[in-house]
Amino acid sequence: MPIEFESPKPIVQTQFVLKTVAEEMMRSKSRYFDEHEHEIPWDYIEFMHTAMKAMGVGSLAPKEKRDGNGHEGEEKKEKRPPIAYQVLAAQIEALAWGDVGMYLVTPGGGLGAAAVQAAGTPEQKAKFLARFGEEKPTFAAMCMTEAGAGSDTASIRTRAVLDEKTNEWVLNGEKIFVTAGDKSLTEYEKLGKGFVVVWASIDPSAGRAGMRAFVVEAGTPGVKVTKLEHKLGIRVSDTASISLVDARVPFDHILGSPTVEKTTTGFKGAMATFDATRPLVAASGLGVARAALEFLKEKLAENGIQIRYGLPRQKLTNIEREVIDMDIMLKSAWLMTIKAVWMADNKKPNALESSMSKVKAGDVTTKITQKVVEILGPLGYSREFLAEKWFRDAKITDIYEGTGQINRLVVARQILEYSGKDLR
Amino acid sequence: MYSFDPTEEQQMLVEAVGKYALNDLRAAAREAEESNELAKKLVSKGWELGLLQASIPEAYGGFGERSAVTGALALEEMAFGDLAGTLAVMTPSLFATPILLVGSEEQRQTWLPKIIEGDWVPYTAALIEYILDFDPNALKTMATASGDQFILNGEKAFVPFAKDAEAILVYADLNGVTQGFIIPKSAAGLTISDEREKLMGLNAFPMYRVKLDSVKVPAANRLGGASGHDFAPVLASMRVANAALAVGVANAAFEYSKNYAKEREAFGVKIAQKQAIAFMLAEMRTEIEASRLLTWEAAWKLDQGKEDAYTEAYLASTGAADMAMMVTDRAVQILGGHGYIREHPVEMWMREGRGFATFTGLAIV
Repeated sequence: MPIEFESPKPIVQTQFVLKTVAEEMMRSKSRYFDEHEHEIPWDYIEFMHTAMKAMGVGSLAPKEKRDGNGHEGEEKKEKRPPIAYQVLAAQIEALAWGDVGMYLVTPGGGLGAAAVQAAGTPEQKAKFLARFGEEKPTFAAMCMTEAGAGSDTASIRTRAVLDEKTNEWVLNGEKIFVTAGDKSLTEYEKLGKGFVVVWASIDPSAGRAGMRAFVVEAGTPGVKVTKLEHKLGIRVSDTASISLVDARVPFDHILGSPTVEKTTTGFKGAMATFDATRPLVAASGLGVARAALEFLKEKLAENGIQIRYGLPRQKLTNIEREVIDMDIMLKSAWLMTIKAVWMADNKKPNALESSMSKVKAGDVTTKITQKVVEILGPLGYSREFLAEKWFRDAKITDIYEGTGQINRLVVARQILEYSGKDLR
Repeated sequence: MYSFDPTEEQQMLVEAVGKYALNDLRAAAREAEESNELAKKLVSKGWELGLLQASIPEAYGGFGERSAVTGALALEEMAFGDLAGTLAVMTPSLFATPILLVGSEEQRQTWLPKIIEGDWVPYTAALIEYILDFDPNALKTMATASGDQFILNGEKAFVPFAKDAEAILVYADLNGVTQGFIIPKSAAGLTISDEREKLMGLNAFPMYRVKLDSVKVPAANRLGGASGHDFAPVLASMRVANAALAVGVANAAFEYSKNYAKEREAFGVKIAQKQAIAFMLAEMRTEIEASRLLTWEAAWKLDQGKEDAYTEAYLASTGAADMAMMVTDRAVQILGGHGYIREHPVEMWMREGRGFATFTGLAIV
């Protein structure tokens, strides 16, 4: 297909539908949940679960095959190129425009399911992903970070040892900063049985080569949520600490290959997950940025301030320049995100594009929300409006799923054709 | 649908342009810049790639159809070789493309075949003016209607190849609106400076001042004919071209400084192995990609006649000008002292990088 920038119909439709959801279910509750940290937005969770089931979409994580009336079936009949990731990115952007914290509390697989999707066998996908289409809303999460290992994921100390007698993996360690960890592991009555994907080493002497991911289901003895963080923003989303003490999982809960070779396949599995999810995180940031920029434009228009697009720079007022620069940032960051997921849809290797989209989105999301608060002055700083909340929510975009600096490292290694050893 | 793959045809064209850009333009760029002279042979060879010819329908002597996307791809690729050479090769399009876009049928019949059927001949256009507050939509060169003709007064600057041009498409303000007027070089009252423009960059690309002292233009030579034309699509096409060229030059600076950083050693390692350098390169690459995609989208919207195409072209050009300044500046910085020395091309690209805030009007897709 030639170069084209037409939003596919499924994206336009989903954006239309989700705009209403964002306004009715999210914006109206944004302030309340920001001020009542750790309360759970049950209305939103149940609404989204019902809505997604009605659409035949069990999970926000893209699946290879969808039954029901998912878009993919239709696409295949007409032999159109696959667009599942593109639709997903657009959905995430639209929900994040409503409230990015609440988007993170959307039931479905989240990053946990994405990891299963990226690194699991067909059997594992069938076993672990089916639950998201069932009666109750269900969560899954990714446990990577530890107190002593943030972005430096290869220094993870959580251990997994095979008990050959029972053919079970025995996991020990402490995980922190697990998004939706509480909803994935704590057995709330209103929720289905969730799971977390725990990254652990099966051979610490092998370094990265020993890294593997394990599916640990809610109710597994020895697994406990030990803490919920109090945060700068995205307060409605729980960020959990999880301890694993002799937690036993069946042998086939290991994603990918169980043997340690002198390669970094296991670690690359984790990285492949990031290639898939980084542009999605980029999309979630850009939703916040768009919300902030649109709000600014509304306020400017209410006050009779027009943005005169087309004028040369030197004739523009400062506010016009700022708004135009923000338009440029937001549009180009969105295009980079769409390109990265388009590559994922078309099975093109996208490590570079995926990380670039995250670098760019982290930059523009923080810059735009900061600028919007600045330009709005007291209105921006006041909690009467949401601009100040978006400023706080936005910052996480440049931190989770690899900080801006880690993603710069990934981009640099890609463009320089350097290994992690060449460029530390 | 979204898609980011050029067609096979576009790919072949880009490859051909890419070879010429590196083997011919880049190879000659430094000498051309120092001697203020582009070899005629070099320009003819670029002309033979047939970029303009392929954008003009058979009915007017060409062999294709205009596509802003194709134009943007080709310009980026050629500017990767050398900006001055690219502008020279494409100068006739400054005259031909607006005629194709908004000219009258008669004007297309009259001018297009003679421009594209033979060798490179310098037809040109004059948009920029030598004033502080230059704005293509508020020109100081004035056109006034007088019976069945127009009288033009004013001064244009940065007019490519004006000295040798067969005819110039001069833009002037007519009742508050920018309009083009086709003026043959023999027109009374038209004076072209003897001296070339002396600028910070583009030394190899000859540009001149053009004075208009009560130049009479028959109504039929108003671009679009007696009733004139819409300037917006012309300006948007110039902006897309400017953005594409900026991406090409920035990419040249990025690649060069990246390769240098992989060779140059300091403290026992390649400087690219230092995060201070590696992060600069990562950001340069990221911003180039951002501008490139915005430029492609603007070009695509122009081709599709989308409502917001003109705004998008404006955003693409504005963003690309900033991006090119950032990237070319960093390229010099990465080479350090060597970047400041004219043995390396990065200082030239940095001078060009600043220019994209001003260059709109020197090229068109």
